[in-house]
Amino acid sequence: MAKKNTILICNGAACISSGEERIKEKLINKLSEKNLTEEVDIIETGCMGPCQFGPLMIVYPEGSFYIKLNEDKIARIVEEHLLKGRPVKEFTWATPESRRIGEEKKQLPFFEKQFKIVLSNCGRIDPDSIEEYIGTGGYEALGKVINEMTPEQVIDEIYKSGLRGRGGAGFPTGLKWKFAREASGNEKYVICNGDEGDPGAFMDRSICEGDPHAVIEGMEIAGYAIGANQGYIYIRAEYPLAVKRLQNSIQQAKKYGLLGKNIFGSSFNFDIEIRMGAGAFVCGEETALIASVEGKRGMPRPRPPFPANHGLWDKPTIINNVETLANIRHIIIKGSNWFNSIGTEKSKGTKVFALSGKVNNTGLVEVPMGITIKELIFNIGGGIPNNKKFKAVQIGGPSGGCIPENSIDVPVDYESLTNLGVIMGSGGLIVLDEDNCMVNMAKFFLDFTVDESCGQCIPCRAGLRQMYNILNRITRGKGELEDIDRLEKLSNIIKKTSLCGLGQTAPNPILTTLKTFRDEYIEHIVEKKCRAHVCRFEDAEVKDKDEKILKVS
Amino acid sequence: MKLEELRQIREKVEKQMRLREGQARIKIIVGMGTSGIAAGAREVLKTFLEEVEKRNLTEVIVTQTGEKGLSSKEPIVIVKEQEKPDIVYGSVTPDIAKRIVAEHIVNGNPVSDYVIEIGA
Ligand SMILES: Cc1cc2nc3c(=O)[nH]c(=O)nc-3n(C[C@H](O)[C@H](O)[C@H](O)COP(=O)(O)O)c2cc1C
Repeated sequence: MAKKNTILICNGAACISSGEERIKEKLINKLSEKNLTEEVDIIETGCMGPCQFGPLMIVYPEGSFYIKLNEDKIARIVEEHLLKGRPVKEFTWATPESRRIGEEKKQLPFFEKQFKIVLSNCGRIDPDSIEEYIGTGGYEALGKVINEMTPEQVIDEIYKSGLRGRGGAGFPTGLKWKFAREASGNEKYVICNGDEGDPGAFMDRSICEGDPHAVIEGMEIAGYAIGANQGYIYIRAEYPLAVKRLQNSIQQAKKYGLLGKNIFGSSFNFDIEIRMGAGAFVCGEETALIASVEGKRGMPRPRPPFPANHGLWDKPTIINNVETLANIRHIIIKGSNWFNSIGTEKSKGTKVFALSGKVNNTGLVEVPMGITIKELIFNIGGGIPNNKKFKAVQIGGPSGGCIPENSIDVPVDYESLTNLGVIMGSGGLIVLDEDNCMVNMAKFFLDFTVDESCGQCIPCRAGLRQMYNILNRITRGKGELEDIDRLEKLSNIIKKTSLCGLGQTAPNPILTTLKTFRDEYIEHIVEKKCRAHVCRFEDAEVKDKDEKILKVS
Repeated sequence: MKLEELRQIREKVEKQMRLREGQARIKIIVGMGTSGIAAGAREVLKTFLEEVEKRNLTEVIVTQTGEKGLSSKEPIVIVKEQEKPDIVYGSVTPDIAKRIVAEHIVNGNPVSDYVIEIGA
């Protein structure tokens, strides 16, 4: 039977943990109680974005966006909206401004400034249905490159689009593909990097969960472009839902002849396998990742040689981030000129961010490059909760740094962020307010990188540990002013001499906070005072990191 | 799979998705207030859904409204078609619903006996 309503219910990981399964069950029961089962379609989608307000669902055709659902609300929505056609306005997401214009999703400030390319299907389609993906133009780009374009034309198109890697470093994707295409050898590989190790980041997971076919199609196009027949998706085992969706999508694509042998009846063959990682941060680094896929211990090696020439099994390999690959199909269909018109002079397209911390609307957002940090936090993010004062935003996770209040007009583009001493990173954004201690925040990230260091090179293994111990002393009121010089000196040495990006960037959170929040460090040392009341000084005993390690083992 | 086959799937699913998001050439809206339900609106709505499915009408959505004060002639049905005035039917039964689909929706001739209002 045709349906009078379609319900899209968010099945992103955040909504699942806030009770989506229970809500769905209640919905199904209540619909059947009212004899509505046949008239209403329920579709579980990937992440819709505003995770803070989960569980979430949208009821069409009205487009009512219901938030913070519980079982009582479901009962009323079924009785009022689904039975009698009266949307329950007070359960919909309405801000003071949007209440006037109704509850429609696209009119909410959270969505207004967003620009969805990569996330266009997330929260809109059933990620377990290849038909729905095809319904949004899916696999059309793959068909186009195979039928109408040479590999060189594909590479040229991606190069001209200005797309840069979304995994952190921002390397031009077209150029990377060109190197791999030109590398000698006829056995080549495509690897999708879904390791996503930054604490608090969930961009790539959400894409894999919400639109898995986009990643697969991007990999196939990459394979066609460089001349590879085999791809690997490297994803952490801690993302079981993403793994399941990807596996299912691979199966479906094979069944439809969109993956495997003779794709679209051509001579192009491409297969994809999933490799699960155990969740070590360093395994996101490309050479460590390759070692891990090969079954070795995940340790980075010096570059050059780069994977484009000597990658997996020593063969030419491209490694691209999930989000990078999810952009590909849109560029092929809409063209490099279209993509090039979005963003800034040197940073094209959009970036997905995971907004978290002290901000009203936490969640997953996609914005055009060039938007300011201020707009991100105060328009899309809805500002700081509880009338607290904004202090800084940490961007780029453990490799990134802090942007203080006087710099939040900075546009989101690779160069502007680098000029501030921070990085674009892969999309983690943690908002900090007056109740966050900057010294303690720096210590938190260093604690993480010390634990995640692979231990291979001395600056990273021993140097970071020394820095951690110094920070630990400072946050316990046992620091001395010379410690600040020591931190700066160690930072500079570690950045210059570490083998891989982990060590080379790990001091960034300390360096950026020392630059703008030096007075907080001095306060801790001289006055034994933490203005955010986070650090405790009464505890006389200070344990060094090594002791913690000893205790564990 | 050939590119043409892919496009066939795409066309079909795209239409379904547009419909479920509320974009349709014709909307059939059944008044579903308490009095509408008492007068048999649920059966009428079901009939519309079945007819739309049976005839594979891909540009039509059937939905309901709870707005009150339409008329005392429940069940009320409004047919909204792009670029045409709204047509309001009163005292609709499942049989009349079938006629509305066959004569009005498919052939474009409103079932005048039951039209109670022609809107803007
Ligand atoms: C310590 C470390 C961790 C990394 N983790 C990731 C990661 O989780 N995901 C990712 O895509 N890139 C990560 N990278 C960057 C990769 O080495 C590589 O540059 C990236 O996958 C290339 O893809 P892109 O050009 O599409 O950005 C990491 C780098 C370092 C040094």
